[in-house]
Amino acid sequence: MSTVSWITVRGLFGRRRFLLLLPLPVLLVGLAVLSRGLGVAPADWGPPVLVGLGLAVVLPVVALIVGTGVLGAEIDDGTVVHVLTTPLPRWQIVLPKLAVAAGATAVTVAVPLFAAGLLADSVRLGVALAVAASVGALAYTALFVAASLLTRRPVLLGLVYVLIWEGLLSNVVTGTRVLSIQHYVIALADRLAPTNLLSTTVSVSVAAVMTSLIIIGATFLSIDRLRSFSVAGETS
Amino acid sequence: MTTTSTAAPAATATTSTLDLAGVSRWYGNVVAVNDVSMSLGPGVTGLLGPNGAGKTTLLHMMAGFLTPSRGQVTLDGRPTWRNPEVYRLLGLVSEREAVHSFLTAYEFVLATAKLHKLPDPQAAARRAIDLVEMADAQDRRIGTYSKGMRQRTRVAAALVHDPQVLLLDEPFNGMDPRQRLHMMELLHSLGDAGRTILFSSHILEEVEQVSGTVQVMVAGRLAASGDFRTIRRLMTNRPHVFAIRSTDDRALAVALMAETSVSGVELGRDGLTVRAGDYGAFTRMLPKVALARGIRVQQLVPEDESLESVFSYLVEA
Repeated sequence: MSTVSWITVRGLFGRRRFLLLLPLPVLLVGLAVLSRGLGVAPADWGPPVLVGLGLAVVLPVVALIVGTGVLGAEIDDGTVVHVLTTPLPRWQIVLPKLAVAAGATAVTVAVPLFAAGLLADSVRLGVALAVAASVGALAYTALFVAASLLTRRPVLLGLVYVLIWEGLLSNVVTGTRVLSIQHYVIALADRLAPTNLLSTTVSVSVAAVMTSLIIIGATFLSIDRLRSFSVAGETS
Repeated sequence: MTTTSTAAPAATATTSTLDLAGVSRWYGNVVAVNDVSMSLGPGVTGLLGPNGAGKTTLLHMMAGFLTPSRGQVTLDGRPTWRNPEVYRLLGLVSEREAVHSFLTAYEFVLATAKLHKLPDPQAAARRAIDLVEMADAQDRRIGTYSKGMRQRTRVAAALVHDPQVLLLDEPFNGMDPRQRLHMMELLHSLGDAGRTILFSSHILEEVEQVSGTVQVMVAGRLAASGDFRTIRRLMTNRPHVFAIRSTDDRALAVALMAETSVSGVELGRDGLTVRAGDYGAFTRMLPKVALARGIRVQQLVPEDESLESVFSYLVEA
């Protein structure tokens, strides 16, 4: 493990906000187990739990906590300066941090989604959800890492994207789904395991291209922004 | 404190020069640094100035953490902005007390050594920790340290790659007298070994004890630069301003104008404003003059004893 990854992992799991990651996945699995146990038809509980909670809330919120935590938290408290006063090329700082963020998000989200998919339909749906969510984790965290370099309030910006853009607009104005990671994840999962439980208007090819563009674009943006990282100056 | 001198790095053949050419930095309408040019070579230089003078902004530009709005900062001819390679030669101890509190000092310094890709990071980390006398506490989490210990840990991390240039922003803040003395000795020995050391401070005495060369900043401008003793003399020989109220201001004004130690008198509604060249001579003369004319001095207040006014005098000088 590179030194940057090691510091990032220690920083991520050493802070209390790490505990925020736990309740949502537990809730997801709990609701799936409860619905299955009560004998509710998967067609009734599947979409609200898998998509409404799993893909629309758990995935982006966990990615937001982790994605803004790996770099944004260090920028906030100033410790990022220690890593930046080394001759490391900036991509060697951004990529390990992104890998840790995407990995942590993927594990936290894919496992409960696999369980919920399994309970709703089949192993295939479980695997499809886990894979698609992992791809989504990479896209979301790339976006939120970039956000932590673009603004001093990355959590706020991320929440606006997740709640207003994806949560509200993409349900009302279907055209905005072309710029919604949530819908890319649904499209990918539905392609891997076609069921009646997942549906979106975004095609798989659009989802694949847009996901790649977001991951690559946000990563390059992060590397470039980190090269020009400025410490806030004296205000007086 | 013999450990300092024995653990300090040996003089190296190569030295580095940090050059600032016409550097300005502004934030909107506020000019933080105004057309500063200087060249820093081996030895210890103090960057002196009151709070808000632009010292930190200048240091951040030197360290490549801020782009100048105008002008250029170069280390051995290469720009410091957007150039991580300069950190092979440069170390920074920022004022902000930010350390990964979940690591121990040894872990932190070792991680820094690894980030620098040093050939023997363990040995480099131990050497740097010895240099700041933190070996005893190196296995405790940084979160449990006092402010001075955290500061020393940060200095160790900044020194782990044995940089040619070390920039320190207010390094003595929060240190007790013993730690302060030790830090001063460390900076001295690094300067003597051919390193280029720049540290900022708003306290005259700190700079006096550590460095022979000073750069004085006031309100974003480089007010004075050079040998400390010359600048100190300039500061102490400046005209002193006193506010005086007496039973007969006009008569006192006339009498004072006849004295050689007085360079100017202004008669205002609330009394006199007197400028005197020699503090001691004026304060000894005033009671005699007043007594001889039967004038009672009701108030005598030196108006410009604050450090800021000492600095601002340098701007006008």
